[in-house]
Amino acid sequence: MPTVELRFAALPGHVRTARMIATAVSRRAGVPVGAIDEIKLAVGEACARAVRVNRRSNPQAFVHVELTDTPESFRVVVSDSGAAGDEIAPGPDGGLLSVDALLDLGEGAEPDLAAIGVPGTEVDQPLPSGLGLALIEGLVDEVAVRRGQDGIGTVVEMTWHTAEPEEDADLDSAGYAALAAQIAGSARREG
Amino acid sequence: MDLSLTTRQEGTHTVVVVGGEIDVYTAPKLREQLIDLVSAGSYHLVVDMEGVEFLDSTGLGVLVGGLKRVRAHEGSLRLVCTQERILKIFRITGLTKVFPIHSSVEDALAASD
Repeated sequence: MPTVELRFAALPGHVRTARMIATAVSRRAGVPVGAIDEIKLAVGEACARAVRVNRRSNPQAFVHVELTDTPESFRVVVSDSGAAGDEIAPGPDGGLLSVDALLDLGEGAEPDLAAIGVPGTEVDQPLPSGLGLALIEGLVDEVAVRRGQDGIGTVVEMTWHTAEPEEDADLDSAGYAALAAQIAGSARREG
Repeated sequence: MDLSLTTRQEGTHTVVVVGGEIDVYTAPKLREQLIDLVSAGSYHLVVDMEGVEFLDSTGLGVLVGGLKRVRAHEGSLRLVCTQERILKIFRITGLTKVFPIHSSVEDALAASD
């Protein structure tokens, strides 16, 4: 069961609302501060993408977001109502595309540098859609993309592993001594 | 927080100070500002991003669009940013290779000379 579920009309202004909710829910779940920034940005990218897809294919349809926290992970699922082939969609056989293929890595993940500064180049060309997805890929521990229910739309599932690694949670005595020395050192500098 | 934009002239350069959130909703404002500046003949831009609290791929797209516009006039677009969470976004997307990024407006202006 998701912890928080959100549906919003496909308008760019609501993406910020979705970001703020994801930030608030992850903070409440005790997610480490560094990961909260990543969640905020990745959720924003996934929702912005879903808004674009819906506005093109199915403007009346809502974007659907599910946020789930467990002791080990924080998971966000963003679903659109687009058609197959919209930016990211499952492969022709209905199976999953790899993230590399989705991002069109090698070409799409980086902006077309050759196009920059070339006279006569259409300056308003949108960047490769891979840019937003490159961000998601760079921010999220695990990304999965699949076709939505009944073959409608695309589901982007993003998971962060938030549990503290064992060794960090259980400092040995040498670790404590080093930490205490560090704290003492910084206290002296401040004083 | 919404997007805030102010501009000032520094010799041959125009400094655009951006604050707040640059996202899919607010990025069109920044795009318009950059287009207006280039239309008015300002081809050497320094975008000060120290007050930016949030930046997404739409914002990156607007900055790349601005770079294309000034380059068409043999101009330049330099960024000022020291915030790690914003720099990370440029690194992940490979855009650190596209934009000169400086630690202060003074540095950016000095590099242009």
